[in-house]
Amino acid sequence: MKIRVERDGLADAVAWVARSLPSRPPVPVLGGVLLDAGSGEDSSETLTISGFDYEVSAQVGVPAMVATGGKTLVSGRLLADITKSLPNQPVEIAVDGSRVSITCGSSKFSLPTMPVEDYPSLPNMPQLAGLLQAEVFAGAVSQVAVAAGKDDTLPMLTGVRLEIADSKLTLVATDRFRLAMREFEWEPSGAVETAVLVPARTMADAAKTLGGSGNKIELSLGSTDGLLGLAGSGRRTTTRLLDAEFPKYRQLLPSEHSAAAVIEVAKLVEAIKRVSLVAERGTQVRLEFSESGLRLTAGGDDEGSAEEELAVELTGEPLTIAFNPGYLLDGLGALHTDRAQLEFTSSKRPALIKPVGEDGNLLPGYVYLLMPVRLPD
Amino acid sequence: MGRSGDLPRGLLERFRARGGQWTDDWPDDSGCTVLHVDMDAFYASVEIRSRPELRERPVVVGGTGGRGVVCSANYIARGYGIRSAMPTAQARKLCPHAVFLPPDFPAYQQVSAGMMGIFRELTPLVEPLSLDEAFLDVGGALRRLRRTPAQLGAQIRERVQAEHGVTCSVGVAATKFVAKLASGLCKPDGMMVVPAAEIMDFLSPLPVSALWGVGARTAEKLTQQGLTRVADVARTPLPRLRRMLGNAAAEHLFALANGIDGRRVVPEVAEKSIGAEETFDVDQTDREVLRRELLRLSERTAASLRARDLRARTVSIKVRFADFTTITRSKTLQVPTNLSQEVYRTAARLLAEQVPPGAVRLIGVRAEQLGEGDAMGEQLVLDAPERGWREADEAADLARTKFGTAAIRPASLLKPRPER
Repeated sequence: MKIRVERDGLADAVAWVARSLPSRPPVPVLGGVLLDAGSGEDSSETLTISGFDYEVSAQVGVPAMVATGGKTLVSGRLLADITKSLPNQPVEIAVDGSRVSITCGSSKFSLPTMPVEDYPSLPNMPQLAGLLQAEVFAGAVSQVAVAAGKDDTLPMLTGVRLEIADSKLTLVATDRFRLAMREFEWEPSGAVETAVLVPARTMADAAKTLGGSGNKIELSLGSTDGLLGLAGSGRRTTTRLLDAEFPKYRQLLPSEHSAAAVIEVAKLVEAIKRVSLVAERGTQVRLEFSESGLRLTAGGDDEGSAEEELAVELTGEPLTIAFNPGYLLDGLGALHTDRAQLEFTSSKRPALIKPVGEDGNLLPGYVYLLMPVRLPD
Repeated sequence: MGRSGDLPRGLLERFRARGGQWTDDWPDDSGCTVLHVDMDAFYASVEIRSRPELRERPVVVGGTGGRGVVCSANYIARGYGIRSAMPTAQARKLCPHAVFLPPDFPAYQQVSAGMMGIFRELTPLVEPLSLDEAFLDVGGALRRLRRTPAQLGAQIRERVQAEHGVTCSVGVAATKFVAKLASGLCKPDGMMVVPAAEIMDFLSPLPVSALWGVGARTAEKLTQQGLTRVADVARTPLPRLRRMLGNAAAEHLFALANGIDGRRVVPEVAEKSIGAEETFDVDQTDREVLRRELLRLSERTAASLRARDLRARTVSIKVRFADFTTITRSKTLQVPTNLSQEVYRTAARLLAEQVPPGAVRLIGVRAEQLGEGDAMGEQLVLDAPERGWREADEAADLARTKFGTAAIRPASLLKPRPER
């Protein structure tokens, strides 16, 4: 193999593939990226870069001048580090026996290669299910993935549930302390009704990197192979679905409330950040809603205490409720609006946070549910 | 302490508070603001309390397996030469007809917490040394309570007996060192007051081994040089002691021997961690056995957390392999817990993912980064059933307080353990 590629395209592509590689691969080849020149569709024009660890696959093509075709397998992390730091000049990649040389300007690297024949074949993309607006999808995933569990002792909570009912697509995630749900329209390629559980981290990564504004993302779902595929902007990725039962969440969403408060997000965020400085290691902030406004307090006699008052439009019963400040900030940050409506039934029941639009009306399609912290009686 | 045997009889009688109760002709206790309270054969006494038929028999509490050691023995058992930390097997040889019982730590912790509660009603300056002993500084409480230190000591002894059905011994003195010696010398069920002016009379005839910090090795060194009594050490010039023992030890012992002990009673600092561990009789490779042991230890650890109203943010496990290499692995939880199931789930996960296979000698569970349950509040969960693990734990705790630790346990622990 002997090829020449542009440095920027190469560095972006390698970085994108390498980010999905395992940090400690169980076998060395799974920490590699496969460089393939000359066997793609435009055989003489494309370098295909692939990574696969049996969970996640990633593949991207970059334009290249192919002098001699061929394949080689090198350490993904090392290649990513090298291409990132190369000067902005054309890069020449050549395989010579069991080594590959990378030359760019006056820099030259020589890396050992790994046996290509030991590398697993990437899964085929499953069947196309429909098209997503790249921006809408990226926004929706970021709003939902924030509530996914990070504790992998409970795998069913580390995923984002993706529900398709014809033209309505629903994303939900919960770590049992909070739950985020977003519904939006998409373009299905046929009549479909299904639900799958996708690892949250992979989905969030893919949504961020698969398309710029105005682009479409192809979503594909295999009916039997347990894979989800996402493709856009010349990049494609597959991930193995989580085989776990997602909590039956719809019945957990409160349908009514006894108090609702409309509040400016930025001011509330600032106030929470300030008072929670005295809340040791994520202990709760208390919110007291009354006709005169919202009073936030945190801390106690031992660690110091803080309080702050804010204006708020309250309808319904006054109430005192406590939350983990981190979870509350996550929810407020995921709204992407200037104002929020907070809905409560009691200090021990789930609260809802919803986005409020410019016109003062609730924006449909997103809800962040947050479980309170029970205060000592 | 086992040192009173070397004492001149008159000395004991001179300071011992008669009958352990307060009388008018007690020694002068003014300035004796330090109390050392030590339970008598604590674990054994707690066991006998719930089984009075054992009162007249030798009772030994300890690991009953092949590698178990004695934790506590009542005074009848001690008469056979049984001592704490002695291998249980040796104790069985010394007294085959003794009653051997496995320890019931939650029960001891409960009695201990009650005792410490009594102490703290009198003074905030309580320094627990273990479950069964504590130093108290009552200097600041005397005027408020209108009592002398010895009267407070007597009051403590009465209340501990009345409220918890076990006896304790109390040493009353001007310093921690002397107070601790005094309680050891008046055991069991006694009280001793060492007047501040008579400290030297009290200390002088004691053997050097009575000095805090003198173990077998140091005692031998001192004896070789002809120093057998505390008085001998007190009279030896410091430079000579330094040559014998090194600077730090010499200065330390010289001060103690002369009745000087500047240590203050320091109230308990918040506990940093709570845990439990088990040494197997035979090394275990079976992961199922290890997991079951983790479950048992997690139950015990979480019950201790709940009894103290604490929650842990981090759970760690310790594994010692047959060759004594020891590893600890920990995981920080998203939300602090005191639930048995959650501690166990985390511990089992650590075992599965981070402990290489091999023969295991000892396994332990520890709860770290503790915080007060109340101040922390409880992060509610979304789909919590009306009655879940929390309620199960609370019900189990209640059953255990009423019927003993064995009253309730997870079904998976009901299988006979191979070593029992």
